[in-house]
Formats: sequence, structure tokens, C-alpha cells
Amino acid sequence: MNFVLIWLYLIILLIMIPSMFGFSLGISEIYMTILVKTLEWATLNIQKANSDEGTLKPSSSNGLIQRENGSMEKELEELRRSRPKPPVGGDFTLSDCFYFIRQGIESIVDDQVTQRFTSEELVSWNLLTRTNNDFQYISLKLTLVYGLGIIVRYCILAPLRITLTVIGVSWLVIGTSAVGLLPNWRIKFWLSELVHVMCYRICARGLSATIRYHNRENKPKKGGICVANHTSPIDIVILCTDGCYAMVGQVHGGLMGIIQRAMVRSCPHVWFERSEMKDRHLVTKRLKDHVNDKKKLPILIFPEGTCINNTSVMMFKKGSFEIGTTIYPVAIKYDPKFGDAFWNSSKHSMVSYLLRMMTSWALVCNVWYLPAMHQQEGEDAVQFANRVKSAIAHQGGLVDLQWDGGLKRAKVKETFKEQQQKKYSNMVVRDDSSSNSD
Amino acid sequence: MGSRASRLLREEEIEEIKKETGFSHSQITRLYSRFTSLDKGENGTLSREDFQRIPELAINPLGDRIINAFFPEGEDQVNFRGFMRTLAHFRPIEDNEKNKNPSATEPLNSRTNKLLFAFRLYDLDRDDKISRDELLQVLEKVDVEQKMSIRFLH
Repeated sequence: MNFVLIWLYLIILLIMIPSMFGFSLGISEIYMTILVKTLEWATLNIQKANSDEGTLKPSSSNGLIQRENGSMEKELEELRRSRPKPPVGGDFTLSDCFYFIRQGIESIVDDQVTQRFTSEELVSWNLLTRTNNDFQYISLKLTLVYGLGIIVRYCILAPLRITLTVIGVSWLVIGTSAVGLLPNWRIKFWLSELVHVMCYRICARGLSATIRYHNRENKPKKGGICVANHTSPIDIVILCTDGCYAMVGQVHGGLMGIIQRAMVRSCPHVWFERSEMKDRHLVTKRLKDHVNDKKKLPILIFPEGTCINNTSVMMFKKGSFEIGTTIYPVAIKYDPKFGDAFWNSSKHSMVSYLLRMMTSWALVCNVWYLPAMHQQEGEDAVQFANRVKSAIAHQGGLVDLQWDGGLKRAKVKETFKEQQQKKYSNMVVRDDSSSNSD
Repeated sequence: MGSRASRLLREEEIEEIKKETGFSHSQITRLYSRFTSLDKGENGTLSREDFQRIPELAINPLGDRIINAFFPEGEDQVNFRGFMRTLAHFRPIEDNEKNKNPSATEPLNSRTNKLLFAFRLYDLDRDDKISRDELLQVLEKVDVEQKMSIRFLH
């Protein structure tokens, strides 16, 4: 029993209290330096072993294939070059099918969408069992370091991090409920913000998170909406260690529900019942009301609607862009070397995911605050959303995709197939004035 | 444990596939990785639904027919060998293969086999007939070798 107490006191003194007040004793920094050096050494070793053997392992940043990037029109023109165009009427050649067949087979081998819903492939092994796809015995030293890593991660780091997270979450619930009991004086808001930030800082320590914030002068202000790309629920912890936001989401039961109810006691968040979420007007109205009240915190929204693997940004849902207020875009990019932050909800439950996070090396990420954006004249919500998405993708070094993140679970809409068919049929049934097309 | 491949590919299998299709060792392992990532049911075979989950394929006007080409007559599942055999049609024709012994069995990615693949996509009732003139046109003038090949990286 004594041992547990000593352990708790040590944690509180050395980690929790400094992090609550925003400074650090330097222990994590030392750990990170050792970690970076170890991973570099491991990478060099693996590369040396590979080049000795003569096997040049293909870097996974190369795709499987090199695709033709011509448009449908250009490719079909080329295919049809071999025969003269008929002077009037439509134009169909059997060889047109080659274009579609090749496109189809190329997408079977390597497509832009399905790869976004599984973890990113690493260029070089980072000494974690879970990323070891191609087990090769390299050297005794490397295996020893790998074994040591397992002991360190599971026996030292994981219990430490779990303790911190439990403390952090309990403090969040107790602290916000306590603040909620106060009457609505100025001090209540200040205390509420303090409690929130402290708890998130403890939780961030509980994940060994090293976060670098860029351009903090662009931080979201009250009355605006903060949008960011979504990789996992931990995004919330990452952003909230540096500022206070109002959350938006569905009401949950269980532990999440307790946390949600506690949080809303100290400052307003926007929680929706499941049934309310279907009513778009209701959702828009509640969000509008929130942003119009200048005393309330900026809302945090993830417009992709689902977790993506942090290599790309997928379609932003236009709902938040119709509200008509200032949008503060934020780009979040995790460094996959230290741990994979992506939550593959079809593969891991939330608890299993959190445990994986706590047994990774660390969580390293960069957060860029981008300058505020407004909807421009003559721009509709969808175009505005795309513009913000491009800005975030560009800053974070992510691929900007038009595809909907909902394709993770749902089938692609028939309308997209019809678009392709229409495009092709326009080439076949060319609509010049002399031919009869519909 | 969460390992990528529910079943690792054995060396003998890789050699067999190499001989049959002409893909290199690393190409086969990477394509196997892709095969397993498409195999949501994790039973070592792909069904039509697994293919239809690829959005770019689902919006392709010939998508359904291309998917059908992977499945042998009357079957609903395709294993990795079948998958590779179909993809092999799209390997580019290398120069050293062109002058091979003419009496040896034709490789899967020969010009004729590429054309046969495209032909079968149209011949839905599988009675080996489509319009003769159109087919002759294609046989004579189109650069089939280039248009029905995919640049696989090593």
C-alpha cells in the first residue's frame, strides 16, 4: 500500500502539478531526446542491413503503380486517333473501353479513398510490434532494443499514463461540477477556463504528448467557429490544452455522458440528442445562437464527420459553413514515427484504442492556426468549405480530396456514377446543332 | 495482435505466382498487402462487395463488368491466385519477352491476351461473338500494348 502512495505522490509532484501550471521539469524532454536518438539509430541499422543484403525495400511513399493523369477527354482522343472522325453525328469506338478498363483496374490496385481509412504505412520500422509488417531479423542489438522498448512501454510508461489520465478525467468532472455551483460572476468563467485547461494538460501528459503550436496569433476568438481535420478523439485534447472551446456533439451515456454533463455545468457546450441531430434547421439554429452570444466560447467542429488517417483531408460537410460567422481553420499533423494516432473505429473500440495510445512511444504533433476566413461574395457554402479545406490541407502537408469521409461505411452515391456516364455519353453523342441528342 | 496479413504468403507460393504472372517478388508482396486490405471478411478471398467498396471503381461505367472479370464462371469468391492472374493481363510487355520462343505458352500479358480480356468484358453471354468490323479496327490500329498496360512500380 505504501508503494502505491509513494508512486502517486511522485507523479503528482513531478508531473501533474508542473503541467497544470504550464511549465515543465524537463523529464519528458529528456525522454524525447533519448527516444529520437534511439529511433534514428534503429533506422540507420535497418537501412544498413537492407543495403548489405542488396534488397532495396521499396519505400512506401512510392505507390504501387504510376497512374496516367489525363482527363477522360484527353485519353479518349488519343485512343480514337487511329481512325478519322465521322463528319456528323456521334462517335463511338470499341477501343474506348480500354480507357475505362484501365482506370478500373488501376483503382483496384491502388485507389485514393480506401487507403485513408487504415493506418499510414511507415517508411521505416519504429520498433513497435504493431507496425511490424515484414518481420525480418536484423541484428541482435536491434532485437534487444525492441525488447527493452516493450518493457519500458508496457511496464513503466503505460501505468504512469493511465494514472495521469484517470486523475485528469476525475479532476475534470469534479472541478467543472464544483465551478458549476458558483453563481454567474466573472470569476466563474475564469475558473471554468482554468479547470478545463488544467485537466486537458494533465490528460496530454497522460499521452506523452509533445505538441508544437504555430502562429498562435491566429487563435480562435469568441463568437467564431474553429474547424480542424479529424484523426481521432485525441484531437480535442490537443487543441484544448491551448485554449478553451465549446464542444459540439451527441449526448452519450455512460462515462462520456457523465463527463458531458459535468462540463456543461461550468460553461455552455452544445450537446444534441440523437433525434435532434437529424433536424438540420435545429442544429443550425442552436449553433447560430451560440456564436451570436459573444460571451460564449468558440465552437470546435470537425467538418469531416469521421476519423481519417492523417494523410489527407476529405470532404468538409457544409453545415458549419452556412452559419455565416468567422471560421478559424486549424491544421493538425501527427508524426507517425512515435505512435499512430488514427482511430480505426471498425477495428478497435475506444478503450482498446486508448490503451494502444498509452503503449506507444509518444504522441508528437504540429498544430497550425491559420488566419481567419469568411464566406466571400458569390461563394456558396460548399465552395467556402472547399476553400477552407484546401488551406488546411496545404498547411498540414496533407492530400486534398473531394471524396466524402462517409465512404468509410457507406456506398458511393449513384449520382457520381451517373456523372461519369453523362460525361462519356457527351463524347459519344456530341451535341452540335446538326445532330439530334438529348 | 493486429497484424496486417491474416495469413502470410509462403515463399513457394510467391515463386509459383512469379512464374505464372511475371510479377517481381516485391510487387507480389505489395499486391498481397493490397489484397488483404480489401478483404474485409479476412477469409483469404474477395467477394464482389469487397470490390464495390472502392469508390473510384463504383463510379466507373464499366465497373461491374470489370469486377465480373475476376470471378470465374459461376463463382462468388476470388482468391489471391485468381486476383493476380487477372492483374497479370495488365503488366507491360517487356522487350525481352517479345522475342521469346514462339512455341512456348503465351504469357498472360501478351497483346492477344490483353485483347481477349477486353473482348470478354463485352461478350456478356460468353458466346465469343461481337461485331466483326469493330473488332478488326481495334486489332489493326490501336496500340493495345500501351493502352491495356499499367505501370507497376518495383
